[in-house]
Amino acid sequence: MTGHRLPSGGRIDRARPLSFRFAGRRYQGFAGDTLASALIANDALLVGRSFKYHRPRGIYAAGAEEPNALVQLGAGAYSEPNARATQVELYDGLTADAVNAWPSLEWDLGALTGLVSGLFVAGFYYKTFMWPRAFWNRVYEPAIRRMAGLGKAPREADPDLYDKVHVHADVLVAGSGPAGLAAALAAARAGADVLIADEQAELGGSLLAARGTLDAWLRATLDELRGMPNVRLLPRTTVFGYYDHNYLCLLERRTDHLGPAAPAGLSRQRLWHVRARQVVLATGAHERPLVFAGNDRPGVMLAGAVSTYINRYAAVPGKRAVVFANNDGAYRTALDLAEAGAQVLAVVDPRESSPGDLPAQVRARGIEILNGQAVAAATGGKRLEAVSIGPLGGGAARGVACDLLAVSGGWSPVVHLFSQSQGKLRWDEAKSCFVPGTAAQAQRSVGAANGTFALGAALAEGLNAGAEAAKDVGFGGWRAPEPPIVDDPKEAPPHPLWQVPGAEGRGKSFVDFQNDVTASDLRLAAREGFESVEHLKRYTTTGMATDQGKTSNVNALAILSDATGRAIPATGTTTFRAPYTPVTYGAMAGRDRGDRLDPIRVTPIHSWHVARGAAFEDVGQWKRPWYYPQGGEDMHAAVRREAKAVRTSLGVLDASTLGKIDVRGPDAAEFLDRVYTNGFRKLGVGRCRYGLMCRDDGMVFDDGVTTRLADDHFFMTTTTGGAARVLEWLEEWLQTEWPHMKVYLTSVTEQWATVSFAGPRAGDVLRELAPAVAVDEESFPFLSMREGVVAGLLARIFRISFTGEPSYEVNVPSHHGLALWEAVMAAGEKHGITPYGTEAMHVLRAEKGFIIVGQETDGTVTPLDLGMDWIVSKQKDFLGKRSFARPDTSRADRKQLVGLLPADPAEVLPEGAQLVWDAAESPVRMVGHVTSSYWSPNLGRGFALALVKGGRDHHGKTILAPLAGKTVAARIVAPNFLDEGGKPLHG
Amino acid sequence: MANPALFGRRRSPLQDHDAALVRGAVAGPRGVTLKEIPHLAQITLRGDADDADFIGAVRAALGFELPLAANTVAVSGDVSALWLGPDEWLVVGAPDSETDLSIRLNGTLKGQHVLVVDVTANRTVLELSGPSGRGVLEKACGLDLRPRAFKPGQCAQTNLARTVGILELGQSGAWRIYVRNSFALYLADWLLDAMAEYAIDAAL
Amino acid sequence: MLLIPCPWCGERDETEFRYGGQAHVARPLDPNATGDAAWAEYLFMRDNPKGWFRERWNHAAGCRRWFNMVRHTITHEIASVYKPGDPKPELPE
Repeated sequence: MTGHRLPSGGRIDRARPLSFRFAGRRYQGFAGDTLASALIANDALLVGRSFKYHRPRGIYAAGAEEPNALVQLGAGAYSEPNARATQVELYDGLTADAVNAWPSLEWDLGALTGLVSGLFVAGFYYKTFMWPRAFWNRVYEPAIRRMAGLGKAPREADPDLYDKVHVHADVLVAGSGPAGLAAALAAARAGADVLIADEQAELGGSLLAARGTLDAWLRATLDELRGMPNVRLLPRTTVFGYYDHNYLCLLERRTDHLGPAAPAGLSRQRLWHVRARQVVLATGAHERPLVFAGNDRPGVMLAGAVSTYINRYAAVPGKRAVVFANNDGAYRTALDLAEAGAQVLAVVDPRESSPGDLPAQVRARGIEILNGQAVAAATGGKRLEAVSIGPLGGGAARGVACDLLAVSGGWSPVVHLFSQSQGKLRWDEAKSCFVPGTAAQAQRSVGAANGTFALGAALAEGLNAGAEAAKDVGFGGWRAPEPPIVDDPKEAPPHPLWQVPGAEGRGKSFVDFQNDVTASDLRLAAREGFESVEHLKRYTTTGMATDQGKTSNVNALAILSDATGRAIPATGTTTFRAPYTPVTYGAMAGRDRGDRLDPIRVTPIHSWHVARGAAFEDVGQWKRPWYYPQGGEDMHAAVRREAKAVRTSLGVLDASTLGKIDVRGPDAAEFLDRVYTNGFRKLGVGRCRYGLMCRDDGMVFDDGVTTRLADDHFFMTTTTGGAARVLEWLEEWLQTEWPHMKVYLTSVTEQWATVSFAGPRAGDVLRELAPAVAVDEESFPFLSMREGVVAGLLARIFRISFTGEPSYEVNVPSHHGLALWEAVMAAGEKHGITPYGTEAMHVLRAEKGFIIVGQETDGTVTPLDLGMDWIVSKQKDFLGKRSFARPDTSRADRKQLVGLLPADPAEVLPEGAQLVWDAAESPVRMVGHVTSSYWSPNLGRGFALALVKGGRDHHGKTILAPLAGKTVAARIVAPNFLDEGGKPLHG
Repeated sequence: MANPALFGRRRSPLQDHDAALVRGAVAGPRGVTLKEIPHLAQITLRGDADDADFIGAVRAALGFELPLAANTVAVSGDVSALWLGPDEWLVVGAPDSETDLSIRLNGTLKGQHVLVVDVTANRTVLELSGPSGRGVLEKACGLDLRPRAFKPGQCAQTNLARTVGILELGQSGAWRIYVRNSFALYLADWLLDAMAEYAIDAAL
Repeated sequence: MLLIPCPWCGERDETEFRYGGQAHVARPLDPNATGDAAWAEYLFMRDNPKGWFRERWNHAAGCRRWFNMVRHTITHEIASVYKPGDPKPELPE
């Protein structure tokens, strides 16, 4: 062995050296390395500082369970916090930093907190920082944030691409270790569509870390799966969430491993949404730490991780090693270390004897086995220096100098996904671990994830599960393949050792490394009464770090069980929640960001508005012209000009966004009578009527004009934002309450483009464009509709008005919308036609006191509150009518719609302003609020609509709007500001 | 009343975006192409599927049976009928045939309680074709689009990206997407963006 | 995400549907002859069981039909779907 890298073996590519930087130093590794394995090969075990005490911490594991080796990857906008070095594939030029080390990894100021560690006991957040109260914001919180921040989120927008796909699979296999591959093979051979995902770059799971076992089977199986059209293999893909009805989410890291060499235009990460008919969970197991004093010293590592680094990465984490384990499996690590040329000083085994096959092999190599003993303490600073070994029952201990301690407290099946799927866990006493109990969904757990740790049994279980899953989705009549022959060693059962006795007084014994929770914290919490595991977790923060306690949960639970004198299953378990490992926000957003955050809906006339430089307003998902600034006008100037033009000459509005519903059937009139507050049965053919809809609780829901096209045929319009909601609502009543009614509804919102021109010259324009249509008052009265040819286009012409001015709304099929608009603009040119936007429209309608649903109403306003009694039928019944008689709805002091004229005509009240009678009162009673407020060029002053308690009884009175820095007085008037002739009503 | 002068002034939602559609096309074994098929005649037809008179009258008007199985399409010549619901179909014909289709349907269905509405201008049609067509759709749509599950001659109303549309798989293997006009630009842009990766020659 | 069997279109993702609350809430036949308390009960009060529940759904992004579904509010198991007007099914054990 030269240095810490073996000269041969492993799955790294020595022909492809890669250079990288960590914590400011340059290192070299090979293709196939992870950042962690490359650091180990460089003997750079120290990777960070701990969360509370800033103790030096080293690489502890080799996979997703890693609690210590969190790194800040990359820099600037590309930076990513809290990546696990054990899961970061090395690429040339990679740069990473330690998180949580300030000012530097080697010299850490925060380690001073280790000297005042009495502050950081269980519940320290709740105890230490409570007093003095004023210190929290100014002193404690900033200090804690500075010292405890796990990595830094980049401040720049993420420049990378992320996307999503949705796929369906007959069988989804999570994990590609021996059991997972076996399941995939069996299901695929039976004919099922199989998707197999694994978080690692290379498929094979635990087989990749074992010496020689089943290499040929692994190659053959992968070759066969790759060749099958019904199989999709997804390496670098973590199944992170298991939701209802076998819906699972997977995160694929597509280009992360390429670093700067990633091709542009490919998504960096992809979120897979998978609906699987059957799921096989082959997620393996996590090894558990042993709890003793100083068990966090860099150089203390999980035994399985040590084997993985040696066998898979040819990186040997230490030269003088001790193995400390309560199970036979970890003896493999002693053999792997010896094989790699390290000196194995002893295997320390708390069990009284170790009669299994693996201990026999260890003994045969001349390695000392110390039965009935334990490591009570590990010492050292930035690197392990020695361990203290003594008999379990007490007695003389001896110190052994070493730089590596491989520990194993047994294995915990990775039941995270099983638990997320609402499956119930079961404590297996013989194996000392939680195993999947009753499944809640169409799902099977296999291999180590199911507590089946022996390789031969795991393979058989996988094959069976794959075949059964395929059978359950209709690919039966087929027998599972025979498993390959595996010579599993005979093993003696593990013996649980949750905390080394006597270690307590010799230094901190960590349970949760990432959140720095010790065994004594847990015992203190139990003494303080936090006996429920859910309370314990929150009080001590054990299991609540970014690793969700992958290595610590079972140890913490067992220590709580010991402290409270209950059995482990009676103590409980914590619930696992998605995601299994952290997921970037970028992946969750996918491509739905920027302009694609939400659909942008445009009318057929949109390109014209853009060309004219319109400013746009978002109305729901629609882009509507807000105003059309000319020659450096600001919004107010443009709106003034537009609103004035409509009252004095001619304006034109793109009203295509109005919702439109075709209503047809012999019961159509009766149906409208039931949903509108006013009557439609007697409406003549060709006539239009404004209608108001209420929910059954009497509150205004939508409004619009409906036109009778034929006896049994109506054309309804809705608000722009309400189109979909109204259609759903109408269908709800038709389908669920009145199924006997013969009415069909269909949305025609986008079939029709609507060009609305208004003003004293509107009739002239229509006469010019539609010479065949009689436009005089008698032939074409207000609130009627004519079909005809306008500008050579087949059209429906509605004589209705939302501005109070003479006005025509012309509907043509939307593919003719732009042609009609251009024709209207051309014909109106001589009248100075002015395109106007939604803001001027709002001013114009508010001057007339016309409401906008959603602005004057908010779901708590009745038609009577709005003073619209005139539209509420006394004769017929309709939705909402009964509710008008409810005591609350008929109160006299309900908020009612009024007009407001600020005392200072130049004042424009802010919409939403609260209104009071007496601003000096304390506490001040708020009696209303402003719903709409504008400056009116036609009134020459500011004006507003408002809802005021009992407002109709207060016309003429002055009400106050207390604003920041001033109080505005306004006179209450009727909510209509212009008379029929367009003259101001209120003087 | 097919008036050529009128049809000549028609504009489709993607009419000005031809260049982007052409630019977004990907050739080759991973190829995928998006184009607009504008102005297809479309009629919403609603009626009682259990009523033999209704079914018979539609047969008389169209010359073929309305599809009664959910999510299926019946085709005869230029005209097809898409099942949209238990009492709802979309009748689709060649451009300029909407008036003729309406007249035929209204003629044979006269006196029945039905709905026949010209919705030609309500939606436009996108066609997504090529070997990667399904892969692109899988980014936008949660339906099971595997060949075993979604076969030529099937259709579905569903969520597409963040809007809704009607998906139809033609006998040629090309997908048709019926999308409301106001969403057409959004959806086309979304799909073009999803297609872009297939132009990158990268073995991942 | 639930996989909901629309009685007309077949199994679709929950995101295609809109929830309509408790099923079989009868609207009083003559609202104007209904007392305030009974009317308020109809308007505002709904069951909220832990367990099986008959509820309404609308296939908003699909066929736009309303239907009823029997769902377990804890496990999300779906026992049956049925059309409006169909008799109330017995709840599973």
